[in-house]
Amino acid sequence: MPESAAPRWHARFMLGLLLAPALLWLGALIVAPHLDLAVLSLRERVGPRQYAASLAQYRTFFADPLYWHVFVRTAWMSVVATLLTLLLAFPIAWVIAKLARGRAGSLLFIVCLIPFWVSETVRTLGWMILLRESGVLPGLLVRLGITDMPVELLYHDATILVGLVYTSLLFMVVPLISSLESLDNSLIEAAYDLGAGGFTILRSIVIPHAAPGITAGCIVVFMLTLGNYLTPTLLGGKNSEWFTEQIYNQFIVRFNWEQGAAFGFLLLGLSTAMVMAGLRLTGQRFGDVMRRT
Amino acid sequence: MIPSLPRPLWLRASTACYVGAFLVFLFLPLIVVTVFAFNDAPYPAPPWRGFTLDWFTGNASKERVGLFQDAQLLGSIGTSCLVAAWVTLLSVLIGTANAFLLERGRFPGKQALSVLMLAPLVIPGVILGISILAFASRIAEFADDAFGWDLDFLRPGLPLVVLGQFSYVATIATLTISARLRRFDGTLEEAALNLGATRAAVFRTILLPYLRPALVGSSAISFLMSFADFNTTLMLVGADSPLTVMMYGRMREGATPTLNAVSLFLMVASGLLALTLIRRAPRRPSVAA
Repeated sequence: MPESAAPRWHARFMLGLLLAPALLWLGALIVAPHLDLAVLSLRERVGPRQYAASLAQYRTFFADPLYWHVFVRTAWMSVVATLLTLLLAFPIAWVIAKLARGRAGSLLFIVCLIPFWVSETVRTLGWMILLRESGVLPGLLVRLGITDMPVELLYHDATILVGLVYTSLLFMVVPLISSLESLDNSLIEAAYDLGAGGFTILRSIVIPHAAPGITAGCIVVFMLTLGNYLTPTLLGGKNSEWFTEQIYNQFIVRFNWEQGAAFGFLLLGLSTAMVMAGLRLTGQRFGDVMRRT
Repeated sequence: MIPSLPRPLWLRASTACYVGAFLVFLFLPLIVVTVFAFNDAPYPAPPWRGFTLDWFTGNASKERVGLFQDAQLLGSIGTSCLVAAWVTLLSVLIGTANAFLLERGRFPGKQALSVLMLAPLVIPGVILGISILAFASRIAEFADDAFGWDLDFLRPGLPLVVLGQFSYVATIATLTISARLRRFDGTLEEAALNLGATRAAVFRTILLPYLRPALVGSSAISFLMSFADFNTTLMLVGADSPLTVMMYGRMREGATPTLNAVSLFLMVASGLLALTLIRRAPRRPSVAA
C-alpha cells in the first residue's frame, strides 16, 4: 500500500485533513441541528423567553384528533401511492430488462428518465393544466360526451395519488431494472419446461429474485412521498391535509417552533420505522439499499 | 414472459399497449406545458386561440409580461443558478474528500461514519430544512444575546438555503465519487510512485484524470438537484426566492402562461445537460443487457 511508504505523522495528518470536512458537514448540518430540534420539541413556553421541559407538544398531537387524522392519512396515502407505483413500474422495468433487445432497452430507459430531469414544479404545472376544471381533460370528457359539464379533476385524493405516483416512478423503475437484469433467463425457461404457468413463475422465481430491488424501490418511494410537500399542496389544494403542510404551518406561519419540531420528529420517526420494517422484512442492510438506488 | 419462450399474441399486443400508455402518461404533462406556452390566451387552458410568442417576449404595453421582460422571474433564475453553483462546488469538494476517506482511510468508527453519511438521504427534506433553520436561528440569537454580534447569514436567506441543500446533495456526490474511486487500479499508483513521482504528481496526473467522469457527473447531478430542490429551500428561504419557490407561489395564485415559458426554458436547459452527459458516458453500466 502507498500509505506505508509515507511517515506515520504524515498519514495521520492526511487522515485528519480528510476527516475534518466530513465531521464538520455531518456534525454542524445533520447531528447538531437534529439534537437541537429534539430539545426544542421537548420544551414548553411558560412565559416571555422562559421555557420548561415538558411533553406538552407531543401531548397536543395525541389529544387533537385533527393532527392525528392528518398523520394517519399521510401515512396511509403514502403506502397506497408506493404500491401503485410498484404495480405501474414493474411491467415497464420487465420490458426494459428482459423483453427489449439491444439498443431498444437502453433507449426506452433513457426515454423514461427524461421527465425526471425536469423539476417537480414543472411536472405539477402540467398536471394542473391537464386536470383543472377549465383544463384539457375535463374539456375532452365533455367533447366525448362522457360528462355534460366540465368536472373539476383537481383537489381530489385520486389527483394527489396520480401526482405522487408520477413523481415517484423513476425511483422505483431504476432499482427494479437492476434487480431484474441479474435474473438468469434459463431459470425462467427451466420453470416453463417443467410446466409452470406465468403466475407461478412470477410468484416463485421472479419476485423472490427481485425482492431486494422491490424493497429498495418501495423504501425510497415511501420516504419521498411521505416528505413531499409540493405535489399534495398544489394538486390537493385545501383538501390535501398532508403532514408536511402541518409542519410548515407550525414553523413558518404560526411561528410555533416547539410544536413544529415535535411534528417533525413524529414524521421522522414514522419514516425511519417504515424503512427499518422494510429492511427487516427482507433482511437487507441499509447501506446496500442506498447504494442500489 | 421472455423472448425465448412462446408468447401468445394477446400478451404481445397488451405489452405494446402498456408501453404506449406508459409513455403517454410520462410525457403528457410535459407536452401540455410546452403547447400552452404558445397559446394566445391569458390563461394556460384550452381552447387553442392561435400561436403567439407573447409569453416569451411580451412587455407591459401588450398587457402581457413575457419571460424575457419579467424581472422577478429572471431574478429568481439568477438566484437559483447562484445557489446551485455554491452547492455544486461545496458538494463536489466534500464528496471527493469523503471518497478518499472512505476508500483509503483506515480509522476506528469508519463503518459508523459511512452509515451516518447516508442519513441525509433518509431524512425528509422538510425536516432537514426546519432543523437547520432552528439551529441557525438559535446560534444567531445566542451570539446576539451573549456578545451583541449580528450574524445575519444565520437568518433565513440564501446562505442557509445553500447549506440546507448541500447537507443532502453532499451524500449523493460522495456516493458517486467513491463508486468510481473503488474501481481504481491501485497498481497504476504504485508504478508511478516507484518511478519517482511525488504523491501530489500522482494525484494530479493519475487520480484526478481517472476521477474526472465522476466529478463531471456529480457536478451536473448536484447542480440539477439544487436547482430542483423545493422542500428544504421552502423552509430556509428569505427575501430572494429561487425559481422553484417563486413558481410555487405563482401557481397557487393562478398563473399566466409565462410560467409555461419558464418551464419550457427549464426543460430545454436540463435536456441539453442530460444529452451531454449521456453522450459522455454512453450507457449506464447497470443497463447493459
